[in-house]
Amino acid sequence: MSKADNENLYRARAFKNMIAMVLSCGATIFGLLWLVWILLTTIINGFQALNLRLFTDMTPPPGSAGGLANAFYGSFLMSGIGLLIGTPIGLMAGIWLAEFARHSKLGNAVRFINDILLSAPSIVLGLFVYTAVILPVSALTNHQVGFSAIAGALALALLVIPVVVRTTDEMLQLQPSTMREAALALGVPQWKLTLQIVLRAAKAGVVTGVLLALARITGETAPLLFTAFGNQFWSSNVLKPIASVPVVIFQYAMSPFDDWHSLAWAGALILTLFVLVLSLSSRLLLLRNKAS
Amino acid sequence: MNLLTKTRLSLLLASMCLTGMAHATDVTGAGSSFVFPVISKWATDYSKSTDTKINYQSIGSGGGIAQIKAATVDFGASDAPLKAEDLQAGGLGQFPSVIGGIVPVINVEGIETGKLELSGKVLADIFQGKITKWNDPAIVALNKGLKLPETNITVVHRSDGSGTSFNFTNYLAKVSPDWKSAVGEGSAVQWPVGVGGKGNEGVAAYVKQIKGSIGYVEFAYAKTNNISYAKLENSAGKVVEPSAKAFAAAAATADWASAKDFNLIMTNAPGAEAWPITATTWIIMYKQPKNAEKSAAAFDFFKWSLEKGQAQAESLDYVPLPKELVSKIENYWNTEFTK
Amino acid sequence: MTENTQYMSAVIPDATSESEKRAARDHRHDAWFRRTMLGAALLVLLLLASIAGSTLWGGALAFKTFGFEFLTSTEWDAVNGHFGALVPIYGTLVTSFLALLIAVPVSFGIAIFLTEVAPPWLRMPIASAVELLAGIPSIIYGMWGLFVFGPFMAEYMAPWINDNLGALPLIGQIFQGPPLGIGMLTAGIVLAIMITPFITSVMTEVFRSVPIALKESAYALGGTTWEVVWDIVLPYTRSAVVGGIFLGLGRALGETMAVTFVLGNAHQFSASLMMPSSSIASVIANEFSEAYTDLHRSSLIALGFLLFVVTFIVLAIARLMLSRLSRKEGL
Repeated sequence: MSKADNENLYRARAFKNMIAMVLSCGATIFGLLWLVWILLTTIINGFQALNLRLFTDMTPPPGSAGGLANAFYGSFLMSGIGLLIGTPIGLMAGIWLAEFARHSKLGNAVRFINDILLSAPSIVLGLFVYTAVILPVSALTNHQVGFSAIAGALALALLVIPVVVRTTDEMLQLQPSTMREAALALGVPQWKLTLQIVLRAAKAGVVTGVLLALARITGETAPLLFTAFGNQFWSSNVLKPIASVPVVIFQYAMSPFDDWHSLAWAGALILTLFVLVLSLSSRLLLLRNKAS
Repeated sequence: MNLLTKTRLSLLLASMCLTGMAHATDVTGAGSSFVFPVISKWATDYSKSTDTKINYQSIGSGGGIAQIKAATVDFGASDAPLKAEDLQAGGLGQFPSVIGGIVPVINVEGIETGKLELSGKVLADIFQGKITKWNDPAIVALNKGLKLPETNITVVHRSDGSGTSFNFTNYLAKVSPDWKSAVGEGSAVQWPVGVGGKGNEGVAAYVKQIKGSIGYVEFAYAKTNNISYAKLENSAGKVVEPSAKAFAAAAATADWASAKDFNLIMTNAPGAEAWPITATTWIIMYKQPKNAEKSAAAFDFFKWSLEKGQAQAESLDYVPLPKELVSKIENYWNTEFTK
Repeated sequence: MTENTQYMSAVIPDATSESEKRAARDHRHDAWFRRTMLGAALLVLLLLASIAGSTLWGGALAFKTFGFEFLTSTEWDAVNGHFGALVPIYGTLVTSFLALLIAVPVSFGIAIFLTEVAPPWLRMPIASAVELLAGIPSIIYGMWGLFVFGPFMAEYMAPWINDNLGALPLIGQIFQGPPLGIGMLTAGIVLAIMITPFITSVMTEVFRSVPIALKESAYALGGTTWEVVWDIVLPYTRSAVVGGIFLGLGRALGETMAVTFVLGNAHQFSASLMMPSSSIASVIANEFSEAYTDLHRSSLIALGFLLFVVTFIVLAIARLMLSRLSRKEGL
């Protein structure tokens, strides 16, 4: 190859590289643009209701001042329980897929099924929990226990499981097998090496998956409509209906009252910030662990 | 933090989450979003003076009917009354709660609110796509004093199922045999023309946005969104403006006496001052209560709302039931329901 | 146990019963571990089977009444009881693929930016900002789409698209339509914004996990950043990247609230992206709470079942294409 050809080739490659870098900056700005737009809309519409009362008062009828305390607590409770139920199941299934069934037929079938579950519309999951849990329990307990926070949490868990399975499977598979082989050579039993070595190495990725699942479930309305139902008053009983922020947002935003509108947008803002704070703090925790 | 402390803390947390409320009665209800604001206001005030907490959620009339049939709630609320056979089969009874009106809203250049007059037949023809321009002779004939532009009419209807649509299409079916056979009535119909807005808010937003559009919303939305509404000619031939007085007139002149289980849809009511698209929401409960304590608490609540809840209803642009209707309802309670 | 002891003692004279006991215990624990993990995986299978079965059972009335016509009819008449699923299925597929079309390149760009281009102090803030998009409740996307983005599209974008792109010869038809502001294009864009953070998070995470040695050797040989990403990082993480894309696709197919607000719930088949349509999830959400008749409710649940079928087919095709790709590459 002549010197001129080399130079041309180099210039072409450098040009391609510059385009790619510019485009990637453009994509980031594009993505951030939407974020700023949506956040601004939320803040502008909700700032009227952004005060301490938002956290101390219950959901009010129109025309009275109030807050979203019962809704915040309900969302917190149900997301927490949903994560508590869904994450272990998802983790275990993901571990099985990555460690024991990487290429097996059953493993591929489970991965496929999991992807289908991932795409299930959240309203269908809510209706399933209604039919499979609430109706039988209501009949069994003579209508004492029907709509409940625990049913809402179950519906949310159904949303968490496929996300965690997917990400755990992928993250564990990415760990180099040299790690596993070294442990096995030292006589470490499989369970120990999976839990304490491979999982620990993939911790960041697995936590990403759990956080994605949490972000998803805190914002879901449809699965809670027929399971947790909603509650105008304060409730901390898992066997009774409970309020949640997305459902309240839905009801209030579609009403004709301005004070309800501001409450809805303010609730949305707080919910979004909550997810952000959670993900930031868990990232920081992970970094600190890694450094030490 | 050692294991023992962790266990103790988690047990404490768990017990906190599982404590029930011991003494107050919790009554649950579900259904129509039309009555959601007023029931939530009543519930708040009622819980201040009694020990009962009425928890009502607006999951839609169909949802309310399904839940009361499954007995997962203590009362349901529906914008459409249940037929006699359904009530019999389920052992249910129903009674009206509060009254509201549905108004046609418009966005026509040069026409101020409350100036445009329409008749039921013309309204039906517009929504059927038979009248396509604002200066159509049928509309001009009703509005001799107004200058109507040549703009196309864009119809805005509901994209989601709703009791508002049910009452609106019921009215159109009553005043236009053509509409009745071509489209029919229901909470979700196959609209011949137009765009669908989600909820009353969505329809209001569209009408405000699209020039030359016409839609239908509950009265409260027309007021708070500052959109122009149109007047309608009622079945007595008079042109009325939508107002609490007109809605009350419709409720008073409707023929409740001959309606078993209050199965009467108030659209196109006969009174001279009546607003033609007036609606109510029926509360549905079991005649033999599944849970005596909760059923009794619910009845006490509704009695309170019918007798003492007027002011709250009016402050939210609802119309309380006329006194004769209230006494009819209380009679119905005593004869049909086992308390 | 005794036989093992004798064998071990015969082969390795100094083998103590301690190590044998430990080996046997580890083996037992491993067996239990394996069984528990397998149990969780089987639970996932069982869950889907129950959910699919429950929706099939709920939709049985509709399938029995309409038969195969349910899949091909575009009618949706609640008053007269005629329901057909063609428009919702079409709307679901179009909006989801449109969303992927927009979201995948954007996510890829953001992932490259976060892992290769951005200076270290900028990475955390931008990554958190992108994750913030994931935390916004889906109903806010819906409301923002309906009250803010929709009118924006109606006033500025739709007329431009209709005039310029609608005039193009063959593909112009898909861009023609009145400036409503809502419709398949708007829904596709809103969905794209919703799924971008999911795909980006996964891509960023896996790009970061590529062994430094691989990237450094490529740089050492004179590779540009783009070449390293395209030729080294991407092939190494391909399976996980595809997994992230599937995560986004799954979200797009099943998204209920955001689409419900901006797609319009129109039961007319239209080739144009500017027109309103309906998706399976949005029809269920819009109509379920007010559905009175058994047939209407059953048709809605049958739609839910059909979404499982549609997802099954889409994923099967995707997997087939991927396996063919990897066979070509000799993997």
